[in-house]
Amino acid sequence: MAGKLKFLIPVAVFAGMVAIFYQGLYKDPTLVSSPFIDKAAPAFDLPTLYDDQRRMTEREFRGKISLFNVWASWCPGCAREHDMLLTIAHTTDVPIYGLNWKDERQAALKWLLERGNPYEVNAVDRDNITGIDWGVYGAPETFLIDADGIIRYKHIGPLTPEIWAAEFLPRITSARAMLAGAGS
Amino acid sequence: MIRALTFSLLLWLSLPAHAIDPSDKLEDPVQDELYQRITEEVRCLVCQNQSIANSTAPLAADLRREIRRMIEEGSNETEIKDFLVERYGDFVLYRPRFRSWNLVLWLGPIVLLTVGFIALVVNVRRRKNLPVDEDAP
Repeated sequence: MAGKLKFLIPVAVFAGMVAIFYQGLYKDPTLVSSPFIDKAAPAFDLPTLYDDQRRMTEREFRGKISLFNVWASWCPGCAREHDMLLTIAHTTDVPIYGLNWKDERQAALKWLLERGNPYEVNAVDRDNITGIDWGVYGAPETFLIDADGIIRYKHIGPLTPEIWAAEFLPRITSARAMLAGAGS
Repeated sequence: MIRALTFSLLLWLSLPAHAIDPSDKLEDPVQDELYQRITEEVRCLVCQNQSIANSTAPLAADLRREIRRMIEEGSNETEIKDFLVERYGDFVLYRPRFRSWNLVLWLGPIVLLTVGFIALVVNVRRRKNLPVDEDAP
């Protein structure tokens, strides 16, 4: 009996491989997982957008849960997510910090003037120095950073209400719960 | 006619360009060789089927600049690859590193080959012990 069914072994192996490869067909290869999740935000020291003399560093993220949004005025995905960023800025108490990435200062200032400014502060990374240190490979990208300056999540591509509700809100809630627990 | 001929002649004369950026060549031939080798092996994450050596994407140019800077500052191949993997993950290297989660990728073929070979040996031995059927055609 067992001997007769032996021919099923290669068939089962083949079926297993088909299942794995079939799944792979529907994965998006452009979504590369970030090696920074649960690691400290990489250090940087950059001038800010509105004031060239002022500097912004990763220490800015300390003490609150915040977003770090990589954007540029040449980036169409950033235009699509801009309303969502404004909504987050107006309806939640999660501060948004910006990394103005590979952009021209004048174009970036014009962008914020025309569309509204959801950012607390923007760091200017014209030459993609900090971008490389943060593993950025395209705009927009949004990092969720907790009160200890640890990166908890990274979203690649425009933010949408769906992604905000599914990926960001639960993580913000649990990070806040931990923060409250540690504080009491 | 002459024009077409001249054009095709010119086309034939245009040699394939080897580097995206002609200023990409490093002065020191040893360093240059290292630079060319590493950039050939690093995946351009914006255009994933190209290496950063042959991609015109701005990100690829930035990474070439960083790699060039590191080589000129005396970093070796391991240090540069560590730098990239730390930031962009293992996916950035075309030849992935040996890690616990990709053991199947590295050892799978060897395991399959061994299993196949053992199965073959067992099968052949068993057949050898079967009585020879004299009447077989």
